[in-house]
Order: sequence, then C-alpha cells, then structure tokens
Amino acid sequence: MITKRIIPCLDVRNGRVVKGVNFQGLSDVSSPVELAKYYSDSGADELVFYDITASAEGRKLFTDVLTRVAERVFIPLTVGGGINTLEDFDRVLKCGADKVSVNSGAIRDPSLIGRAAKRYGDQCVVISADVKRVDGRFTVFARGGRDDTGLEAIEWIRRCVGDGAGEVVLNSIDTDGVRGGFDLEMLRAVSEAVDVPVIASGGAGSVQDFVTLFKTLPRVDAGLAASILHFGEVTVSDIKTALRAEGVNVRL
Amino acid sequence: MTGIIDYGVGNLFSLRSSLAMIGEDCAVTGAPEELSRFDRLILPGVGAFGDAADKLRATGLFDAVRDYAATGRPLMGICLGMQLLFEKSLEYGEHTGLGLIPGRVTPIEKDIRPGLKIPHIGWNALSFKKSSPIFRDLRDGEFVYFVHSYHATDCGPYVSAVADYGGTLTAAAERDNVFGCQFHPEKSGETGLKILKAFCKLEG
Repeated sequence: MITKRIIPCLDVRNGRVVKGVNFQGLSDVSSPVELAKYYSDSGADELVFYDITASAEGRKLFTDVLTRVAERVFIPLTVGGGINTLEDFDRVLKCGADKVSVNSGAIRDPSLIGRAAKRYGDQCVVISADVKRVDGRFTVFARGGRDDTGLEAIEWIRRCVGDGAGEVVLNSIDTDGVRGGFDLEMLRAVSEAVDVPVIASGGAGSVQDFVTLFKTLPRVDAGLAASILHFGEVTVSDIKTALRAEGVNVRL
Repeated sequence: MTGIIDYGVGNLFSLRSSLAMIGEDCAVTGAPEELSRFDRLILPGVGAFGDAADKLRATGLFDAVRDYAATGRPLMGICLGMQLLFEKSLEYGEHTGLGLIPGRVTPIEKDIRPGLKIPHIGWNALSFKKSSPIFRDLRDGEFVYFVHSYHATDCGPYVSAVADYGGTLTAAAERDNVFGCQFHPEKSGETGLKILKAFCKLEG
C-alpha cells in the first residue's frame, strides 16, 4: 500500500536555506545541497524548495542550487516561489524539478494552472495555498501571507484541482512556525473537499504531531516539515519510526 | 554506452543525473539512425499515451525502437515509456503501442478499491513475481516512487513485479531483452539507482 510521505521543506533565499516564524524574522540554517543530501539519506520521501528570493540575481542562484541538488538527490523535488508564468515552470523543470507549486501566481492569473497542467501534466502541478482564518472563514492569502485575497479557501482549492492541479499543499498561516501541531480543522475541511493528495503544512513541532495528523486524518497523504528538522532535534527517521509503531504505513 | 531516447515527452534531467551518479556513460538522442550505436536504450516518458505514440511515429523512432529491440540488446521503458512497450492503450480512445510485450494499458480505476485517490502517487513496495536481472540487487518489499493512472494488464506471464494499492497494480514487466518499470527508478532513491545499475550491466 502507498505510504504516508514525510517532506522536508527548504525555504531558499539567495542560495541559502532560511525558516521564519509566521513568515517573519528569518534565520539562516544551512546549505540547501547539504541539507537535501542529508534528508534524502535519512529517509525523506520528497523535498520541497521554496524560492523566497525577490531579485533576478537570487533567481539565478536558486536555479543553480536546484541543479546541484537534482544532480545528487534522486527523490521527487517540488519547487515553489516566484512561479507566475509557463516560462517559470520551464525554468525550474529544466533544472531538475519534478513538480512545480503555484501560489500567488495562480491567484494573479487563474488560467496558469490549467495551461501548465495541459503542457506538463497534472502530476507536475501543485497548488499551494496559504490559508488563515479571517472572521472565522478560511481565507486565501497571497505574497507569502501578506495579502488577504478575500478568496474562500475550499472553493479556491476545488477550482484549482478542477483546472488540473494534481496535489494540494495546505499551509495554515495560523499554525505556521508556532510548532504547536498541524491545523487539523483546516486540513479536514480541505482533504474532504478534494480527491487529489493533500499535503499538510504549518505547525509541526514534534514527532507526535505527525502521528496525530495521520491517525486523525487518514485522507491526508503527506506532512511537510521545516524548522523541526532543520535544527536536528528530530530526524525524518524518528518521525517514521513513531508512525510505524502506531500502525501508519511509511517507507522505512 | 546507454542511450536515452528523447522524443519531446518529459524531463530527462533526473535520468541523466542518475546514470552519471552510478558512473554510466550515457547520451540523449532523438535521431532514429543513432539508436544502433548504443549498447542499451532507455525509453522515458510522461504524459498521454496517444500523443507520445504519435511523436514516436512522427520522428521515425517507433520503427527504430522496434528494430533495436529485435537485435536483442537491452531496452528499458520507464513510466509512460513502459506503457508504450505494450500492444495497445485505452487511454482517451484506443492507441497502438510498440507491441514488444503482449498486453494492454488500462485505467487503474477498475482494478482498485473504490474511493482511493487516482493517480497512484507516492512510494509503494515492490512484490516480485519472478526473478529479473534488473531487480537482482533488491529485496522483496523495497519501495519505489510511482505517479500514474494507467497500468499494464493482460500481460500475466510477463509481469515481474506488482504493487498493492487496494488491488494489484503492474509495477514492472519484461520479455527477454525488453524491460518496463511503471515507477520511476530515477526518483526512487538508492533502490532506483540499484535498478539502473543492474540494467546498465546488461549486454545484448
């Protein structure tokens, strides 16, 4: 049977990995190539790279990093950040990405997902949604959590999947970086609304948080983790060992 | 030297990098007349069967790949490249494949428990049905990475490995010198590299 995936997420700025708390106060962690190799060796099922660079020079650094990672690490690589056009898809796919995650770019141009899915296949297109409760309503935010789009999240994600997005990364801004556990309420709503894989993001603070995630929400396919892993307190293999002990199927 | 067939379908970066990683010389080619210079060939592919088969025909590679296989030298299809090895596919209509392995390609939907997500995406365990030279360094139950909505059926004696996804999916098939992997060895970590390494040791 298919296994639940544990996916380390690396936010990359100017060729370095950073991880913020609630998207602010970024702190440098380590080299993306070294981290990618380390994670792959310790059992990561996939890796996500978010390019949080704004400048053109930074973009070039990012694709250089991606190329170097893809030359050495042979697990699926997803790239996000700064993906606004089909040319952006092309740019990162040529450097070794397997999937491309779209967030603000799809909000700005709602035809992007459909066009990308047609050209590269549904399996290549991931919709990543940053969602926050606003007056009790799940609301999509753009530009790294800065802009309230007013879009209702479930409706938005359903529409993206209908257009051809093959996976959903749901990042809860309310729990991101707080390390108090995944946003189970938000994840339940999304995983019940779509039939493609849902990847939980935002809030992983302990091994137990992953156990709770998959035991509570069997329709969630994968869990994303950043800070909990980058500082080395917990390894991917620790998470998987705990999951297996609880009867959750993992690749170990 | 191993040739990777480029017919404009899918991303060859990882495949090239993984062959480089295991120290295998390889070259990418889209020219039918060049295929005969390689010791073995890999046919990759992502996307829809009909489009891919059309592209193979339009470029003259369809006959060139069949001729190559007839020489007895090793040929491996990956993902859609594996599906193309079969006689036909029922993906969006009916399309003729290379016919190098008997069988046809059908939706996984009818072979799995209702309610499971399609495509079958992620890591799943291989269960071997017979001994295969490309899996000789693997243990039963090793995990590989899949992304697909169709699989090969009616190919019973040629199935070399299956995966369980609320039903039995064809994970690999082979006939003599022709091998097919529905999963992506180039995305399956160390296990995938072992498969590619074993394939690259095969001689025609």
